[in-house]
Amino acid sequence: MASNKAVLSPLMHLLRRDIKLSFRGNSTGLTLGFFFIALTFIPFGLGPDLALLQKLAPGLLWVALCLSVLLSLEHMFQADIEEGGFDQFLLSPVPLELICFTKALAHWVAVALPLVIVSPLGGIFLNIRPQDMFILIMVLMAGSLALSFLGMVGAALAASIVRSGFLAALLVMPLYVPILIFGSTALAKAFQGGAVGSELTLLILMGLAAGFLTPLAAAAALRARLM
Amino acid sequence: MMDKAVTFAPYDAEKVFLSARQLGCQRGGRVLFQGLDFDLKAGEVVALHGMNGSGKTSLLRMIAGLLAIADGALNAPPALSMHYIAHQSGLSPRLTVSEILRFWQNWLGMGTAPALDVEAALAHLGLGAQADHMSGELSAGQKRRLALARLLVAPRPIWLLDEPTTALDAAGQKTLQNLIESHLAANGLVMMATHDQPVYVSQKIQLPETGGQLHGV
Repeated sequence: MASNKAVLSPLMHLLRRDIKLSFRGNSTGLTLGFFFIALTFIPFGLGPDLALLQKLAPGLLWVALCLSVLLSLEHMFQADIEEGGFDQFLLSPVPLELICFTKALAHWVAVALPLVIVSPLGGIFLNIRPQDMFILIMVLMAGSLALSFLGMVGAALAASIVRSGFLAALLVMPLYVPILIFGSTALAKAFQGGAVGSELTLLILMGLAAGFLTPLAAAAALRARLM
Repeated sequence: MMDKAVTFAPYDAEKVFLSARQLGCQRGGRVLFQGLDFDLKAGEVVALHGMNGSGKTSLLRMIAGLLAIADGALNAPPALSMHYIAHQSGLSPRLTVSEILRFWQNWLGMGTAPALDVEAALAHLGLGAQADHMSGELSAGQKRRLALARLLVAPRPIWLLDEPTTALDAAGQKTLQNLIESHLAANGLVMMATHDQPVYVSQKIQLPETGGQLHGV
């Protein structure tokens, strides 16, 4: 049995490597670009009705966030599988579940978190008030963790299929619906000055539950597909 | 490339073995091979011959635990004792040569002292000048050398090499031969799928052309 240190050290290296690859490759830039362009285009489509923009902002922000994350899922396992890196992971004593957990965490740090951080910029186009920007970040951050971990399951199920991004997105979309509903509700309440403690707690709990359960599902899917 | 011999710390010969009984493999409903028996021990280098699609890679992957065993039995140490160098060996094109080797040293070399550190291993494989280059910029032969450098920074007693000489020039093949000889001297074991006839091979396993039965090696 490998010691904790022997397992943690490679996982830290994997986390750093995946974040580095995401920034050097297309994932972070592409998703940021998509998110920002989508939020910039919306006011042009809806017209200059600021009250309408503000009313639709919670749903639009969450839809843009979900779609942007979906766009990046293909890269979570595909590159390692195609480049043979996954075989090497399996030759290490690190459990596949922990590898999956680390890859989803790296995805959250390198893809979802930057989207959350730039969301106030997009919020400006949707007429969100400056005093609501902090709660906007808090709510999106709470829900984004679940987006990365649930997305991992789709990415794992579609792994080993060339250009699996669309399939992964189809598989994950139904799983995103509860987050979309609770996230939009939380933002709508917050923008109206209401308390969002319960919704925020629920989103965080969904993220934690996904962080605990989805690595098991993703590892099982990868074992079934690759072996 | 440097021709200076590398010294591996001796492995426990008792824990270096591979044996198969009536091992078979099917892929996509097609029998690749069946009834394969072999007994291998420390200090042996085995060449795996067979036509394209005869199951050489599948056999190596089964031994490494990367492919489920459907028929027969395989007796082997844990996968942690093995290196599997395939055609694609985890060389991310957006990482530098030294970043890749350091990463895999960390992953595969847990608790073992390297035969050479990363810089020395790259120099030994003739990649010292490319240490800070992105691996995507390397030629096919250089990528193969980088994959082989893992053998030096994370020593493991059993090497499973899938056509290791592919794209290697004469100097690279000589370096590989020297590495294998040093590895065998340290009680290592090598199984390599190859179309060549290396002089240093001690045994040969011939896989049948069309999924035939093997009656011993």
